[in-house]
Amino acid sequence: MMETAIIPESLDVYAIRQQFPVLNRQVKGRPLIYFDNAATSQKPQIVIDALVNYYTGYNANIHRGIHTLAEEATAAFEATRDTVQQFIHAASREEIIFTRGTTESINLVAYTWGRQNIKAGDEIIISAMEHHSNIVPWQMLCEEKNAVLKVIPVTDSGELRMEEYEKLLSEKTKLVSIVHASNALGTVNPVKEIIGLAHRQGAVVLVDGAQSTVHLDIDVQELDCDFFAFSSHKLYGPTGVGVLYGKKQLLEAMPPFQGGGEMIREVTFEKTTYNDLPYKFEAGTPNIADTIAFKTALDFTARIGKDKIRAHENELLAYATDLLKQLPGLRIIGEAKEKVSVLSFVLEHIHPQDIGILLDNRGIAVRTGHHCAQALMQCYGIPGTIRASFAIYNTTEEIDELAEGLKRAIKILS
Amino acid sequence: MEPKQTIAETEQEIIDEFALFDSWDDKYEYIIDLGKKLPPLDEQYKTDENKVRGCQSTVWLTADYRDGKIFFKAESDAMIVKGLISMLIRVLSGHTPDEILAADLGFIQKIGMTTHLAQTRSNGLLSMVKQMKNYALAFKVKNPITS
Repeated sequence: MMETAIIPESLDVYAIRQQFPVLNRQVKGRPLIYFDNAATSQKPQIVIDALVNYYTGYNANIHRGIHTLAEEATAAFEATRDTVQQFIHAASREEIIFTRGTTESINLVAYTWGRQNIKAGDEIIISAMEHHSNIVPWQMLCEEKNAVLKVIPVTDSGELRMEEYEKLLSEKTKLVSIVHASNALGTVNPVKEIIGLAHRQGAVVLVDGAQSTVHLDIDVQELDCDFFAFSSHKLYGPTGVGVLYGKKQLLEAMPPFQGGGEMIREVTFEKTTYNDLPYKFEAGTPNIADTIAFKTALDFTARIGKDKIRAHENELLAYATDLLKQLPGLRIIGEAKEKVSVLSFVLEHIHPQDIGILLDNRGIAVRTGHHCAQALMQCYGIPGTIRASFAIYNTTEEIDELAEGLKRAIKILS
Repeated sequence: MEPKQTIAETEQEIIDEFALFDSWDDKYEYIIDLGKKLPPLDEQYKTDENKVRGCQSTVWLTADYRDGKIFFKAESDAMIVKGLISMLIRVLSGHTPDEILAADLGFIQKIGMTTHLAQTRSNGLLSMVKQMKNYALAFKVKNPITS
Protein backbone atom coordinates (compact mmCIF):
# COMPACT_ATOMS: atom_id res chain seq x y z
CA MET A 1 0.00 0.00 0.00
CA MET A 2 2.85 2.43 0.76
CA GLU A 3 5.15 2.94 -2.15
CA THR A 4 8.70 4.06 -1.82
CA ALA A 5 10.40 4.59 -5.14
CA ILE A 6 13.91 4.63 -3.75
CA ILE A 7 14.57 2.30 -0.85
CA PRO A 8 17.13 3.99 1.34
CA GLU A 9 19.72 1.98 3.16
CA SER A 10 17.70 0.39 5.92
CA LEU A 11 17.91 1.55 9.44
CA ASP A 12 19.52 -0.49 12.18
CA VAL A 13 16.52 -0.73 14.47
CA TYR A 14 18.36 -2.77 17.10
CA ALA A 15 21.08 -0.14 17.44
CA ILE A 16 18.39 2.53 17.68
CA ARG A 17 16.49 0.61 20.36
CA GLN A 18 19.56 0.65 22.59
CA GLN A 19 19.38 4.42 22.68
CA PHE A 20 15.91 4.40 24.26
CA PRO A 21 16.31 3.35 27.90
CA VAL A 22 12.58 2.85 28.58
CA LEU A 23 12.50 0.04 26.02
CA ASN A 24 14.52 -2.07 28.47
CA ARG A 25 11.74 -2.16 31.02
CA GLN A 26 9.22 -4.88 31.62
CA VAL A 27 5.47 -4.43 31.90
CA LYS A 28 3.45 -7.16 33.62
CA GLY A 29 6.49 -9.40 33.47
CA ARG A 30 7.08 -8.98 29.74
CA PRO A 31 9.28 -6.68 27.67
CA LEU A 32 7.50 -3.41 26.93
CA ILE A 33 6.11 -3.09 23.42
CA TYR A 34 5.31 0.56 22.91
CA PHE A 35 2.78 1.22 20.17
CA ASP A 36 1.33 4.50 21.48
CA ASN A 37 3.72 6.73 19.57
CA ALA A 38 1.01 8.93 18.10
CA ALA A 39 0.21 9.99 21.67
CA THR A 40 3.84 10.62 22.55
CA SER A 41 7.13 9.09 21.48
CA GLN A 42 9.75 7.73 23.85
CA LYS A 43 12.95 9.73 24.39
CA PRO A 44 16.49 8.71 23.48
CA GLN A 45 19.21 8.89 26.14
CA ILE A 46 20.86 11.92 24.51
CA VAL A 47 17.65 13.95 24.92
CA ILE A 48 17.47 12.94 28.59
CA ASP A 49 21.16 13.83 28.93
CA ALA A 50 20.57 17.24 27.38
CA LEU A 51 18.00 18.00 30.11
CA VAL A 52 20.34 16.83 32.86
CA ASN A 53 23.29 18.72 31.36
CA TYR A 54 21.33 21.94 31.32
CA TYR A 55 20.32 21.66 34.96
CA THR A 56 23.71 20.44 36.13
CA GLY A 57 25.83 22.70 33.94
CA TYR A 58 24.30 26.00 32.94
CA ASN A 59 20.80 26.54 34.35
CA ALA A 60 20.02 30.24 34.06
CA ASN A 61 17.25 32.50 32.90
CA ILE A 62 17.71 33.57 29.31
CA HIS A 63 17.95 36.82 27.35
CA ARG A 64 18.52 39.02 30.40
CA GLY A 65 21.57 38.05 32.41
CA ILE A 66 25.03 39.07 31.28
CA HIS A 67 26.78 36.33 33.23
CA THR A 68 28.29 33.25 31.63
CA LEU A 69 25.52 30.84 32.55
CA ALA A 70 22.84 33.13 31.12
CA GLU A 71 24.82 33.52 27.92
CA GLU A 72 25.25 29.77 27.54
CA ALA A 73 21.58 29.05 28.26
CA THR A 74 20.46 31.79 25.85
CA ALA A 75 22.72 30.49 23.10
CA ALA A 76 21.45 26.92 23.54
CA PHE A 77 17.82 28.04 23.65
CA GLU A 78 18.15 30.17 20.52
CA ALA A 79 20.04 27.39 18.75
CA THR A 80 16.86 25.33 18.95
CA ARG A 81 15.03 28.10 17.12
CA ASP A 82 17.59 27.94 14.30
CA THR A 83 17.30 24.15 14.10
CA VAL A 84 13.49 24.34 14.02
CA GLN A 85 13.69 26.95 11.28
CA GLN A 86 15.82 24.61 9.17
CA PHE A 87 13.66 21.60 10.10
CA ILE A 88 10.50 23.15 8.63
CA HIS A 89 12.31 25.35 6.09
CA ALA A 90 10.96 28.64 7.40
CA ALA A 91 12.21 31.82 5.74
CA SER A 92 13.43 33.38 8.97
CA ARG A 93 14.03 32.53 12.62
CA GLU A 94 11.64 35.29 13.71
CA GLU A 95 8.82 33.15 12.35
CA ILE A 96 9.43 30.43 14.95
CA ILE A 97 7.45 30.98 18.17
CA PHE A 98 7.89 28.60 21.09
CA THR A 99 4.72 27.52 22.90
CA ARG A 100 3.73 24.73 25.29
CA GLY A 101 2.58 22.49 22.47
CA THR A 102 0.41 22.21 19.37
CA THR A 103 -2.72 23.02 21.38
CA GLU A 104 -1.27 26.28 22.67
CA SER A 105 0.01 27.15 19.19
CA ILE A 106 -3.49 26.82 17.76
CA ASN A 107 -5.00 28.75 20.66
CA LEU A 108 -2.44 31.52 20.18
CA VAL A 109 -3.68 32.01 16.62
CA ALA A 110 -7.32 31.83 17.70
CA TYR A 111 -6.86 34.41 20.45
CA THR A 112 -4.70 36.87 18.51
CA TRP A 113 -5.15 36.62 14.75
CA GLY A 114 -8.65 35.20 15.21
CA ARG A 115 -9.96 37.91 17.52
CA GLN A 116 -8.47 40.58 15.33
CA ASN A 117 -9.69 39.26 11.99
CA ILE A 118 -12.83 37.16 12.44
CA LYS A 119 -16.09 39.10 12.29
CA ALA A 120 -19.77 38.19 12.52
CA GLY A 121 -20.85 36.01 9.58
CA ASP A 122 -17.30 35.01 8.66
CA GLU A 123 -16.62 31.32 8.10
CA ILE A 124 -13.90 29.05 9.41
CA ILE A 125 -13.38 25.67 7.74
CA ILE A 126 -12.03 22.63 9.55
CA SER A 127 -12.42 18.94 8.73
CA ALA A 128 -14.27 16.01 10.30
CA MET A 129 -10.94 14.41 11.23
CA GLU A 130 -9.66 17.18 13.46
CA HIS A 131 -8.32 16.59 16.96
CA HIS A 132 -10.35 18.38 19.62
CA SER A 133 -7.52 20.92 19.87
CA ASN A 134 -8.25 22.02 16.30
CA ILE A 135 -12.01 22.16 16.86
CA VAL A 136 -12.67 23.71 20.27
CA PRO A 137 -10.56 26.92 19.92
CA TRP A 138 -12.45 27.72 16.70
CA GLN A 139 -15.83 26.89 18.23
CA MET A 140 -15.01 29.28 21.07
CA LEU A 141 -13.94 31.96 18.62
CA CYS A 142 -17.06 31.46 16.45
CA GLU A 143 -19.27 31.73 19.51
CA GLU A 144 -17.60 34.94 20.59
CA LYS A 145 -17.69 36.53 17.15
CA ASN A 146 -20.91 35.04 15.78
CA ALA A 147 -18.89 33.40 13.05
CA VAL A 148 -19.69 30.04 11.46
CA LEU A 149 -17.71 26.81 11.67
CA LYS A 150 -17.87 24.60 8.54
CA VAL A 151 -16.70 21.01 8.42
CA ILE A 152 -15.22 19.11 5.46
CA PRO A 153 -16.68 15.56 5.56
CA VAL A 154 -14.59 12.39 5.18
CA THR A 155 -15.08 9.32 2.99
CA ASP A 156 -15.49 5.78 4.36
CA SER A 157 -11.83 5.12 3.67
CA GLY A 158 -10.91 8.16 5.75
CA GLU A 159 -10.03 10.74 3.11
CA LEU A 160 -11.29 14.31 2.87
CA ARG A 161 -14.09 14.92 0.40
CA MET A 162 -12.22 17.52 -1.59
CA GLU A 163 -15.21 18.33 -3.81
CA GLU A 164 -17.15 19.21 -0.64
CA TYR A 165 -14.27 21.36 0.53
CA GLU A 166 -14.37 23.32 -2.69
CA LYS A 167 -18.10 23.85 -2.23
CA LEU A 168 -17.57 25.15 1.31
CA LEU A 169 -15.03 27.73 0.19
CA SER A 170 -16.39 31.20 -0.51
CA GLU A 171 -15.53 34.85 0.00
CA LYS A 172 -16.87 34.38 3.55
CA THR A 173 -14.10 31.90 4.33
CA LYS A 174 -11.51 33.67 6.45
CA LEU A 175 -9.60 30.70 7.81
CA VAL A 176 -9.01 27.05 6.96
CA SER A 177 -7.50 25.09 9.84
CA ILE A 178 -6.63 21.60 8.79
CA VAL A 179 -4.80 18.60 10.17
CA HIS A 180 -1.81 17.45 8.10
CA ALA A 181 -1.97 13.81 9.27
CA SER A 182 -4.88 12.40 11.27
CA ASN A 183 -4.06 11.02 14.71
CA ALA A 184 -7.05 8.68 14.63
CA LEU A 185 -6.92 7.45 11.01
CA GLY A 186 -3.37 8.06 9.86
CA THR A 187 -4.60 9.84 6.72
CA VAL A 188 -2.18 12.33 5.17
CA ASN A 189 -4.24 15.18 3.78
CA PRO A 190 -3.39 17.00 0.54
CA VAL A 191 -2.56 20.18 2.42
CA LYS A 192 -0.77 21.84 -0.47
CA GLU A 193 -3.89 21.64 -2.60
CA ILE A 194 -6.07 22.71 0.35
CA ILE A 195 -3.85 25.75 0.93
CA GLY A 196 -3.84 26.73 -2.74
CA LEU A 197 -7.63 26.60 -2.95
CA ALA A 198 -8.04 28.60 0.27
CA HIS A 199 -5.59 31.27 -0.85
CA ARG A 200 -7.57 31.77 -4.05
CA GLN A 201 -10.44 32.89 -1.79
CA GLY A 202 -8.12 35.05 0.26
CA ALA A 203 -8.40 32.79 3.32
CA VAL A 204 -5.57 32.16 5.76
CA VAL A 205 -4.52 28.54 6.39
CA LEU A 206 -3.28 26.92 9.58
CA VAL A 207 -1.83 23.41 9.35
CA ASP A 208 -1.90 21.19 12.44
CA GLY A 209 1.34 19.28 12.07
CA ALA A 210 1.25 17.44 15.42
CA GLN A 211 1.26 14.02 13.74
CA SER A 212 2.95 14.80 10.44
CA THR A 213 6.26 16.39 11.48
CA VAL A 214 7.71 13.17 12.87
CA HIS A 215 7.04 11.28 9.63
CA LEU A 216 7.07 13.70 6.70
CA ASP A 217 9.47 16.32 5.37
CA ILE A 218 8.01 19.71 6.15
CA ASP A 219 8.66 22.75 4.00
CA VAL A 220 6.37 25.57 5.11
CA GLN A 221 7.48 27.78 2.23
CA GLU A 222 6.78 25.14 -0.36
CA LEU A 223 3.39 24.39 1.26
CA ASP A 224 2.80 28.15 1.49
CA CYS A 225 0.82 27.67 4.73
CA ASP A 226 0.27 30.78 6.85
CA PHE A 227 0.59 29.00 10.18
CA PHE A 228 2.02 25.61 11.09
CA ALA A 229 1.75 24.10 14.58
CA PHE A 230 3.51 21.11 16.12
CA SER A 231 4.92 19.63 19.34
CA SER A 232 8.32 18.42 20.47
CA HIS A 233 7.11 15.40 22.41
CA LYS A 234 5.88 13.48 19.38
CA LEU A 235 9.29 14.02 17.77
CA TYR A 236 11.40 12.19 20.39
CA GLY A 237 11.77 15.47 22.30
CA PRO A 238 10.53 16.52 25.75
CA THR A 239 6.94 17.38 26.61
CA GLY A 240 5.91 20.98 27.19
CA VAL A 241 7.44 22.51 24.08
CA GLY A 242 5.57 23.37 20.93
CA VAL A 243 6.15 25.50 17.89
CA LEU A 244 4.01 27.97 16.06
CA TYR A 245 5.33 28.95 12.67
CA GLY A 246 3.68 31.99 11.16
CA LYS A 247 4.44 34.10 8.11
CA LYS A 248 6.32 37.17 9.26
CA GLN A 249 3.87 39.77 7.96
CA LEU A 250 0.97 37.99 9.69
CA LEU A 251 2.82 37.65 12.98
CA GLU A 252 3.87 41.29 12.87
CA ALA A 253 0.29 42.47 12.39
CA MET A 254 -1.07 40.25 15.18
CA PRO A 255 -1.60 41.57 18.71
CA PRO A 256 0.38 39.82 21.50
CA PHE A 257 -1.04 36.68 23.13
CA GLN A 258 -0.04 37.02 26.77
CA GLY A 259 1.42 40.02 28.55
CA GLY A 260 4.43 39.91 30.83
CA GLY A 261 8.18 39.98 30.79
CA GLU A 262 10.19 39.16 27.69
CA MET A 263 7.45 40.29 25.29
CA ILE A 264 7.88 44.00 25.98
CA ARG A 265 10.19 46.71 24.68
CA GLU A 266 9.33 49.45 27.14
CA VAL A 267 6.83 49.57 29.98
CA THR A 268 5.45 52.65 31.71
CA PHE A 269 2.19 52.78 33.63
CA GLU A 270 0.70 54.70 30.74
CA LYS A 271 1.78 52.55 27.84
CA THR A 272 3.75 49.47 26.90
CA THR A 273 5.45 48.92 23.59
CA TYR A 274 5.98 45.37 22.47
CA ASN A 275 9.11 43.49 21.63
CA ASP A 276 10.03 42.33 18.15
CA LEU A 277 9.28 38.89 16.75
CA PRO A 278 9.45 36.22 17.97
CA TYR A 279 9.63 37.52 21.57
CA LYS A 280 6.38 39.44 21.27
CA PHE A 281 4.63 36.07 21.61
CA GLU A 282 6.88 34.57 24.27
CA ALA A 283 5.82 36.23 27.52
CA GLY A 284 7.46 35.06 30.72
CA THR A 285 10.29 32.62 31.32
CA PRO A 286 9.95 29.93 28.70
CA ASN A 287 10.45 26.19 29.10
CA ILE A 288 14.23 26.56 28.73
CA ALA A 289 15.45 23.05 29.51
CA ASP A 290 12.94 21.24 27.34
CA THR A 291 13.39 23.66 24.46
CA ILE A 292 17.15 23.11 24.56
CA ALA A 293 16.69 19.33 24.61
CA PHE A 294 14.26 19.57 21.70
CA LYS A 295 17.19 20.54 19.47
CA THR A 296 18.96 17.35 20.53
CA ALA A 297 15.89 15.36 19.45
CA LEU A 298 15.76 17.10 16.06
CA ASP A 299 19.48 16.51 15.53
CA PHE A 300 18.96 12.86 16.49
CA THR A 301 16.34 12.28 13.79
CA ALA A 302 18.33 14.29 11.27
CA ARG A 303 21.37 12.07 11.86
CA ILE A 304 19.33 8.92 11.22
CA GLY A 305 17.69 10.52 8.22
CA LYS A 306 14.02 11.16 7.74
CA ASP A 307 13.82 9.10 4.54
CA LYS A 308 15.21 6.09 6.38
CA ILE A 309 12.81 6.60 9.26
CA ARG A 310 9.88 6.91 6.88
CA ALA A 311 10.85 3.79 4.95
CA HIS A 312 11.07 1.84 8.21
CA GLU A 313 7.71 3.12 9.46
CA ASN A 314 6.03 2.43 6.12
CA GLU A 315 7.36 -1.10 6.24
CA LEU A 316 5.94 -1.57 9.74
CA LEU A 317 2.59 -0.12 8.72
CA ALA A 318 2.31 -2.35 5.65
CA TYR A 319 3.40 -5.41 7.65
CA ALA A 320 0.92 -4.73 10.46
CA THR A 321 -1.92 -3.93 8.08
CA ASP A 322 -1.46 -7.21 6.19
CA LEU A 323 -1.13 -9.26 9.37
CA LEU A 324 -4.00 -7.75 11.33
CA LYS A 325 -6.39 -7.84 8.38
CA GLN A 326 -6.30 -11.62 8.63
CA LEU A 327 -7.78 -11.61 12.15
CA PRO A 328 -11.45 -12.57 12.36
CA GLY A 329 -13.84 -9.64 12.74
CA LEU A 330 -11.12 -7.02 12.46
CA ARG A 331 -11.93 -3.88 10.51
CA ILE A 332 -9.39 -1.18 9.81
CA ILE A 333 -10.65 2.37 10.32
CA GLY A 334 -8.77 4.64 7.97
CA GLU A 335 -7.59 3.15 4.69
CA ALA A 336 -6.46 6.26 2.92
CA LYS A 337 -3.99 5.84 0.08
CA GLU A 338 -1.48 8.00 1.87
CA LYS A 339 -0.99 7.32 5.56
CA VAL A 340 1.50 7.85 8.35
CA SER A 341 2.27 4.83 10.55
CA VAL A 342 -1.00 4.85 12.47
CA LEU A 343 -3.17 1.74 12.40
CA SER A 344 -6.66 2.17 13.85
CA PHE A 345 -9.08 -0.74 13.98
CA VAL A 346 -12.18 -2.18 15.59
CA LEU A 347 -13.13 -5.78 16.36
CA GLU A 348 -16.64 -7.04 15.83
CA HIS A 349 -18.66 -7.34 19.09
CA ILE A 350 -15.63 -6.45 21.21
CA HIS A 351 -15.18 -3.19 23.11
CA PRO A 352 -11.81 -1.51 22.40
CA GLN A 353 -11.25 -1.07 26.13
CA ASP A 354 -11.23 -4.85 26.73
CA ILE A 355 -8.54 -5.22 24.08
CA GLY A 356 -6.51 -2.38 25.59
CA ILE A 357 -6.56 -4.02 29.04
CA LEU A 358 -5.68 -7.49 27.73
CA LEU A 359 -2.84 -6.18 25.55
CA ASP A 360 -1.44 -4.20 28.48
CA ASN A 361 -1.43 -7.48 30.34
CA ARG A 362 1.08 -8.69 27.75
CA GLY A 363 3.18 -5.54 28.03
CA ILE A 364 1.77 -4.04 24.83
CA ALA A 365 0.84 -0.35 24.98
CA VAL A 366 -1.80 0.72 22.46
CA ARG A 367 -4.33 3.50 22.62
CA THR A 368 -8.03 2.75 22.86
CA GLY A 369 -10.92 5.15 22.75
CA HIS A 370 -11.95 8.13 20.68
CA HIS A 371 -8.44 9.63 20.35
CA CYS A 372 -9.78 13.10 21.13
CA ALA A 373 -11.76 12.91 17.90
CA GLN A 374 -15.24 12.13 19.22
CA ALA A 375 -16.94 13.86 16.30
CA LEU A 376 -15.00 11.65 13.87
CA MET A 377 -15.91 8.48 15.77
CA GLN A 378 -19.55 9.52 15.50
CA CYS A 379 -19.13 9.76 11.70
CA TYR A 380 -18.09 6.11 11.67
CA GLY A 381 -20.76 5.10 14.20
CA ILE A 382 -18.24 3.60 16.62
CA PRO A 383 -17.43 4.45 20.24
CA GLY A 384 -13.72 4.35 19.54
CA THR A 385 -10.94 2.30 18.04
CA ILE A 386 -7.83 0.44 19.03
CA ARG A 387 -4.82 2.31 17.69
CA ALA A 388 -1.30 1.03 17.20
CA SER A 389 1.14 3.69 16.03
CA PHE A 390 4.71 2.88 15.07
CA ALA A 391 8.02 4.68 15.54
CA ILE A 392 11.69 4.22 14.61
CA TYR A 393 12.35 1.75 17.43
CA ASN A 394 9.48 -0.63 16.66
CA THR A 395 10.07 -3.99 14.99
CA THR A 396 8.10 -6.53 12.97
CA GLU A 397 8.64 -9.01 15.82
CA GLU A 398 6.72 -6.65 18.08
CA ILE A 399 3.91 -6.54 15.53
CA ASP A 400 3.86 -10.36 15.57
CA GLU A 401 3.41 -10.13 19.35
CA LEU A 402 0.56 -7.67 18.86
CA ALA A 403 -1.16 -10.08 16.46
CA GLU A 404 -0.69 -12.93 18.95
CA GLY A 405 -2.06 -10.80 21.78
CA LEU A 406 -5.07 -9.87 19.67
CA LYS A 407 -5.74 -13.48 18.71
CA ARG A 408 -5.72 -14.50 22.33
CA ALA A 409 -7.91 -11.56 23.38
CA ILE A 410 -10.44 -12.35 20.66
CA LYS A 411 -10.51 -15.97 21.80
CA ILE A 412 -11.23 -15.27 25.44
CA LEU A 413 -13.64 -12.42 24.76
CA SER A 414 -15.83 -14.22 22.24
CA MET B 1 -30.32 -13.28 45.99
CA GLU B 2 -30.43 -13.22 49.78
CA PRO B 3 -26.93 -12.84 51.09
CA LYS B 4 -26.17 -15.39 53.74
CA GLN B 5 -23.09 -13.52 54.80
CA THR B 6 -21.68 -10.08 55.47
CA ILE B 7 -20.06 -7.82 52.88
CA ALA B 8 -16.66 -8.48 54.44
CA GLU B 9 -17.21 -12.24 54.18
CA THR B 10 -18.07 -12.03 50.47
CA GLU B 11 -15.03 -9.82 49.91
CA GLN B 12 -12.86 -12.46 51.60
CA GLU B 13 -14.43 -15.15 49.44
CA ILE B 14 -13.43 -13.29 46.28
CA ILE B 15 -9.92 -12.68 47.64
CA ASP B 16 -9.59 -16.42 48.28
CA GLU B 17 -10.81 -17.25 44.78
CA PHE B 18 -8.28 -14.91 43.21
CA ALA B 19 -5.48 -16.36 45.32
CA LEU B 20 -5.80 -19.49 43.19
CA PHE B 21 -4.66 -17.68 40.05
CA ASP B 22 -0.97 -17.27 39.49
CA SER B 23 -1.06 -15.17 36.34
CA TRP B 24 -2.75 -11.96 35.23
CA ASP B 25 -4.10 -13.80 32.21
CA ASP B 26 -5.96 -16.22 34.46
CA LYS B 27 -7.37 -13.40 36.59
CA TYR B 28 -8.69 -11.58 33.55
CA GLU B 29 -10.05 -14.73 31.99
CA TYR B 30 -12.00 -15.30 35.19
CA ILE B 31 -13.28 -11.70 35.23
CA ILE B 32 -14.29 -11.98 31.57
CA ASP B 33 -16.11 -15.19 32.40
CA LEU B 34 -18.01 -13.40 35.17
CA GLY B 35 -18.83 -10.66 32.68
CA LYS B 36 -20.24 -13.15 30.20
CA LYS B 37 -22.41 -14.66 32.93
CA LEU B 38 -23.82 -11.34 34.14
CA PRO B 39 -27.51 -11.37 33.21
CA PRO B 40 -28.32 -8.73 30.58
CA LEU B 41 -30.06 -5.63 31.87
CA ASP B 42 -33.57 -5.11 30.60
CA GLU B 43 -33.58 -2.52 27.78
CA GLN B 44 -35.98 -0.28 29.77
CA TYR B 45 -33.20 0.35 32.31
CA LYS B 46 -30.64 1.37 29.69
CA THR B 47 -31.51 5.04 29.98
CA ASP B 48 -29.33 8.11 30.12
CA GLU B 49 -30.40 8.54 33.73
CA ASN B 50 -28.99 5.14 34.66
CA LYS B 51 -25.70 5.73 32.85
CA VAL B 52 -22.59 5.83 34.97
CA ARG B 53 -20.24 7.85 32.85
CA GLY B 54 -16.78 6.47 32.28
CA CYS B 55 -14.40 7.64 29.59
CA GLN B 56 -14.41 4.66 27.26
CA SER B 57 -17.11 2.19 28.25
CA THR B 58 -20.71 2.73 29.23
CA VAL B 59 -22.20 1.34 32.43
CA TRP B 60 -25.87 1.30 33.29
CA LEU B 61 -26.78 0.82 36.95
CA THR B 62 -30.16 0.56 38.62
CA ALA B 63 -31.27 -0.40 42.12
CA ASP B 64 -34.40 -1.71 43.86
CA TYR B 65 -35.19 -1.29 47.51
CA ARG B 66 -37.03 -4.21 49.16
CA ASP B 67 -37.45 -5.03 52.87
CA GLY B 68 -34.76 -2.57 53.87
CA LYS B 69 -32.25 -3.98 51.43
CA ILE B 70 -30.83 -2.75 48.13
CA PHE B 71 -30.65 -4.96 45.05
CA PHE B 72 -28.47 -3.79 42.18
CA LYS B 73 -28.68 -4.59 38.50
CA ALA B 74 -26.12 -3.36 35.99
CA GLU B 75 -24.56 -3.88 32.59
CA SER B 76 -21.77 -2.48 30.43
CA ASP B 77 -20.75 -2.55 26.79
CA ALA B 78 -17.25 -3.70 27.79
CA MET B 79 -16.67 -7.23 29.03
CA ILE B 80 -14.01 -6.69 31.71
CA VAL B 81 -16.06 -3.88 33.22
CA LYS B 82 -19.02 -6.26 33.22
CA GLY B 83 -16.96 -8.75 35.19
CA LEU B 84 -15.97 -6.09 37.69
CA ILE B 85 -19.62 -5.04 38.02
CA SER B 86 -20.60 -8.63 38.62
CA MET B 87 -18.22 -8.77 41.58
CA LEU B 88 -19.49 -5.49 43.01
CA ILE B 89 -23.07 -6.72 42.77
CA ARG B 90 -22.10 -10.00 44.44
CA VAL B 91 -20.51 -8.09 47.30
CA LEU B 92 -23.06 -5.31 47.81
CA SER B 93 -26.44 -6.46 46.53
CA GLY B 94 -28.94 -7.57 49.19
CA HIS B 95 -27.48 -5.47 51.96
CA THR B 96 -28.88 -2.53 53.88
CA PRO B 97 -27.97 1.06 52.98
CA ASP B 98 -25.89 1.34 56.15
CA GLU B 99 -23.94 -1.80 55.37
CA ILE B 100 -23.28 -0.61 51.83
CA LEU B 101 -22.21 2.85 52.98
CA ALA B 102 -19.80 1.30 55.48
CA ALA B 103 -18.26 -1.17 53.01
CA ASP B 104 -14.58 -0.44 52.37
CA LEU B 105 -14.30 -2.74 49.31
CA GLY B 106 -10.69 -3.50 50.05
CA PHE B 107 -10.98 -6.65 47.92
CA ILE B 108 -10.51 -4.57 44.76
CA GLN B 109 -7.00 -3.73 45.88
CA LYS B 110 -6.29 -7.19 47.29
CA ILE B 111 -7.12 -8.95 44.01
CA GLY B 112 -4.86 -6.50 42.15
CA MET B 113 -7.56 -4.54 40.35
CA THR B 114 -6.60 -1.16 41.81
CA THR B 115 -5.54 0.04 38.36
CA HIS B 116 -9.21 -0.01 37.45
CA LEU B 117 -9.86 2.55 40.14
CA ALA B 118 -7.18 4.85 38.77
CA GLN B 119 -8.26 7.99 36.99
CA THR B 120 -6.38 7.08 33.83
CA ARG B 121 -8.49 4.02 33.20
CA SER B 122 -11.63 6.07 33.65
CA ASN B 123 -13.57 2.92 33.00
CA GLY B 124 -16.25 3.77 35.41
CA LEU B 125 -15.41 1.38 38.26
CA LEU B 126 -14.72 4.26 40.61
CA SER B 127 -17.86 6.07 39.45
CA MET B 128 -19.78 2.82 39.77
CA VAL B 129 -18.76 2.35 43.40
CA LYS B 130 -19.69 5.98 44.06
CA GLN B 131 -23.03 5.54 42.32
CA MET B 132 -23.84 2.41 44.37
CA LYS B 133 -23.07 4.31 47.57
CA ASN B 134 -25.19 7.20 46.32
CA TYR B 135 -28.12 4.81 45.90
CA ALA B 136 -27.53 3.59 49.46
CA LEU B 137 -27.49 7.15 50.76
CA ALA B 138 -30.64 8.07 48.83
CA PHE B 139 -32.56 5.01 50.08
CA LYS B 140 -31.35 5.66 53.62
CA VAL B 141 -32.57 9.26 53.51
CA LYS B 142 -35.92 8.25 52.00
CA ASN B 143 -36.45 5.38 54.47
CA PRO B 144 -34.95 6.53 57.75
CA ILE B 145 -36.63 3.90 59.93
CA THR B 146 -35.68 0.79 58.06
CA SER B 147 -32.00 1.51 57.88
